[in-house]
Amino acid sequence: MAHQNDLNLKATELRLGLPGTDESEDMVSTAKNNKRASPASVNDSGLNSAAKSADNETSSASKAQIVGWPPVRSYRKNNLQPKKADSETGIYVKVSMDGAPYLRKVDLKVYNGYSDLLKALESMFKLSIGEYSEREGYKGSEYAPAYEDKDGDLMLVGDVPWDMFMSSCKRLRIMNGSEAKGLGCAL
Amino acid sequence: MLNYFPEEVLEHVFDFLTSHRDRNAVSLVCKSWYAVERFSREKVFIGNCYTISPERLIARFPRVRSLTLKGKPHFADFNLVPHDWGGYVQPWIESMAKAGVNLEELRLKRMLVSDESLDLLANFFPNFKSLVLVSCDGFSTDGLAAIASNCRFLRELDLQENEIEDRRGQWLSCFPDSCTSLVSLNFACLKGEVNLLSLERLVARCRNLRSLRVNHAVPLDALQRILAQAPQLVDLGIGSFVHDPDSEIYNKIETGMQKCTSITSLSGFLDVTARCLPAVYTICRHLTSLNLSYAPGIYSDELVKLICHCNKLERLLVLDTIGDKGLGVVASTCKELQELRVFPSDLYGVGNAAVTEEGLVAISAGCRKLNSILYFCEQMTNAALIMVAKNCPNFIRFRLATFNPTAPDAVTMQPLDEGFGAIVKSCKGLKRLSVSGLLTDQVFLYMGRYAKQLEMLSIAFAGDSDKGMLYVLNGCKKLKKLEIRDSPFGNAALLADMGKYETMRSLWMSSCEVTLGACKTLAQKMPRLNVEVINESDQMEASVDDKHKVEKMYLYRTLVGPRKDAPDFVWTL
Repeated sequence: MAHQNDLNLKATELRLGLPGTDESEDMVSTAKNNKRASPASVNDSGLNSAAKSADNETSSASKAQIVGWPPVRSYRKNNLQPKKADSETGIYVKVSMDGAPYLRKVDLKVYNGYSDLLKALESMFKLSIGEYSEREGYKGSEYAPAYEDKDGDLMLVGDVPWDMFMSSCKRLRIMNGSEAKGLGCAL
Repeated sequence: MLNYFPEEVLEHVFDFLTSHRDRNAVSLVCKSWYAVERFSREKVFIGNCYTISPERLIARFPRVRSLTLKGKPHFADFNLVPHDWGGYVQPWIESMAKAGVNLEELRLKRMLVSDESLDLLANFFPNFKSLVLVSCDGFSTDGLAAIASNCRFLRELDLQENEIEDRRGQWLSCFPDSCTSLVSLNFACLKGEVNLLSLERLVARCRNLRSLRVNHAVPLDALQRILAQAPQLVDLGIGSFVHDPDSEIYNKIETGMQKCTSITSLSGFLDVTARCLPAVYTICRHLTSLNLSYAPGIYSDELVKLICHCNKLERLLVLDTIGDKGLGVVASTCKELQELRVFPSDLYGVGNAAVTEEGLVAISAGCRKLNSILYFCEQMTNAALIMVAKNCPNFIRFRLATFNPTAPDAVTMQPLDEGFGAIVKSCKGLKRLSVSGLLTDQVFLYMGRYAKQLEMLSIAFAGDSDKGMLYVLNGCKKLKKLEIRDSPFGNAALLADMGKYETMRSLWMSSCEVTLGACKTLAQKMPRLNVEVINESDQMEASVDDKHKVEKMYLYRTLVGPRKDAPDFVWTL
């Protein structure tokens, strides 16, 4: 009776698992049942049904989440970025230069911003790219850096914020200044 | 007559007593020793800020210069205690300011600190030298600005794992040009930007700076300039370590690190490109302390390459991305290791690999000086724990947490009673223990029988009946702090030996079987205990009956009765 109330309260806590992870959840609930000497079947179904109904509402919890477990300081929880698979491997994009015999690859993640990237490209291909200006692109320099974005369009490097560039750049292309004139002109 | 001994001599002798426990013991010998001791005491440690009032503290120790205070119960770290439960430092600072105490040092843990408090501190204590805040909150960078601006002799500003509101002021620029006294500056936990030029200038003029830990907003090129100004550093906390390893800046950092021959403690890497890590290999051979537990995204291989250079390491904090194999390398490289902490990297159930009992066994076999461990792991076995107990009998602190809090022995599916039993039996000096996994009353029987030096015990999801808790209360004679959650201990255990709680600092029980009625009984019989019941979900007090189970109970001994700053949801019975 009192146990039932308790477990219902707990069932409204977010203790969820995706389908297929019932085992760990069962272990928790079974273990608790042993201690609390309540009718196992009623409580099991209570917890599981609550879990499954709430399941539709949350996305990422693949383990049963208990308040305050694992016992990690909340500061640590709030400040350690969760590791996603792609952020371990770096963002490698091909770099082609008009007239060069073969392409190179660079990891966009090691650069702090556009100036770092451009310096690296200048050093890699032994050329000079010049200063970026919003109005005129890389006017006056021999080469202009361009990139192919997610939509397949050829874009001038430098227009969008660095983070946006990193996530949309699929491939870099260093174009001849003469050919790039079209890109650099104001609309 | 026989006992005539000039007070000055006594005072001089007491000067050699540095531990507060020794000083407390000495003050109990006789009235004259009590008097001499209290006037000469400069450092006071208060483990629970509600055991005594600021006024009584100042009355007894008028010459206090250094105060350490702890506020919220330990389980507050894990979100089990409401934010505004209490632990305010303001009344302490106000009282000391009024009484003209010559405060020089203030160390706070799990307390609520306001900008107003920091302002008072900065303006009323002209000799203030050292502020250490650990896991505190309630203040902002404005409060830091007050400290920086006004504390003319500031030596230490150490901010560890606090939640600090960033008001985008230039607090670091508030250190006046005349401030040259800094020895230790740690702002790694700050979220916002700092003025890099001010930081560089500050470092350049503080020639005695030994310890510097910066936040993520300090990039690698700024770090390089700072190191050039402070090659005398002993403790370094790196902010952002992201750069193109083929660049000139990177080369400069590498050379700069070579000049820093005094660095023995390294931490941070709050943002890091793993390929830049080789720049620090030169300082690795001198390191005694390394904390990579806030460094995201370093592969096990890269971690291992770094650690291979660290053969003098005594203290290591890492994420479980190091893996069992990585721990094997630690075991063969770090023969001087005394303390190891392995934290979980995957807090959101994304499914990254973790460490298991194998890593722990490898460490115990290779690092025979190990005396302190905090280990978050996917699974554990009795056999492993028994092996660890055999290899390392010198544990003072042993804390284990399995991801599933009631996980049994991964091989035999038995409870982990025998494993932890071996630990407490073998480690005769064990002072702190946290257990985890499937555990019955048996493990508590072992604790009661063997853990004679145990002072702090943390229990979660363990035990079968009141007997478990009773074994511990009866057997662990030196127990000071007991915290229990989600375990079937109830009224019989709570009330069996009420006098015991006056020998302890505190007891926490949440989601157990204790009822309101039992708490009331205890409170009534023991006037020198504050028995607090925290009820966040229930509305009207009147409707709650004595048979109702208490959600959270925190009791502690006190000399000053119920506190007056308790919020609505905390009832002191």
